Amino acid sequence: MPARPTLLKILDAVAILMLGVATYFALVKAPTELVMGQVQRVFYFHIGTAWTALLGFLFASVLSVIYLITKNLKWDRYQVAAIEVSLVFFLITIMLGSIWAYPAWNTWWTWDPRLTTAAITELVYIAYFMLRQGIDDPDRRARFGAVYALLGGISAPITFFAIRLYRTIHPVVIAGTNPKAEGSFSMTPDMLNAMFVALIAFSVIFIDLYWNRIRLGHLQDKVEQLKLKVMM
Amino acid sequence: MFLQEATPDTSGYMIAGYAVAFIVMFLYVLSIYLRSRNLNQDLSLLEEMDKSSAQAEKIVRVQPKNSPATNGRKKAGKK
Repeated sequence: MPARPTLLKILDAVAILMLGVATYFALVKAPTELVMGQVQRVFYFHIGTAWTALLGFLFASVLSVIYLITKNLKWDRYQVAAIEVSLVFFLITIMLGSIWAYPAWNTWWTWDPRLTTAAITELVYIAYFMLRQGIDDPDRRARFGAVYALLGGISAPITFFAIRLYRTIHPVVIAGTNPKAEGSFSMTPDMLNAMFVALIAFSVIFIDLYWNRIRLGHLQDKVEQLKLKVMM
Repeated sequence: MFLQEATPDTSGYMIAGYAVAFIVMFLYVLSIYLRSRNLNQDLSLLEEMDKSSAQAEKIVRVQPKNSPATNGRKKAGKK
């Protein structure tokens, strides 16, 4: 495998640094919310990971369209990487949401429209990896993956707009309010700063992990090709 | 103001939340590292196998038609 590019090494360092800065802003700079207390601080990481994950799923849909047009396996590799990193980020989002929900709603989980659509999105992409593993032919696997990711991408906007379209108890903190929401709060300038720092930090971390995952995919393809060559 | 409830102590949930976020991220980075290390090992092994099979093929091609080995086989065939 070729040596790691200098830019990737710098990005690795910046991603770690940004994670530290985001943690500092969330735990130290942002004030304590009066009604919920310290647990409200998980909101910054919750929103940072959710935003990047949903954008990642949409990005994967765009990559699938490019693959279906060009039939170049390189785009399949990019798509798989985007979905895998998004899946991990979205898992963090769901777990953080659940931890916040217990003191706020007195339950770890409820079948609210937002939580349900989020769970469906996560399951759709877990199934994506399980189904991909069942196909041996790389071209068929890529074609199937592209169509699946394209359809799966619809779940991302549905999850995002679920709290704006349906009656839900999930708070709408950004761009809108929800009178039915339980545990909503208004943000002070320091809270807004912490949120934006978290958004930037998780975007940088996403790009860094995405690049590393693409390199891993490239290596996987190389090993697969060499295996076929040696076996023949 | 005096009727206002005190802010609840939910720091345990906050710690649990951040611990979960860091652990999941760490495990993912570790999985990328381990998969990459295993693939690199596979790649070097396969490259070695590919090289040795190419060398063996070369030896078979270079062997002359009237080499003692082929002559012996021909004689044995005639018998």
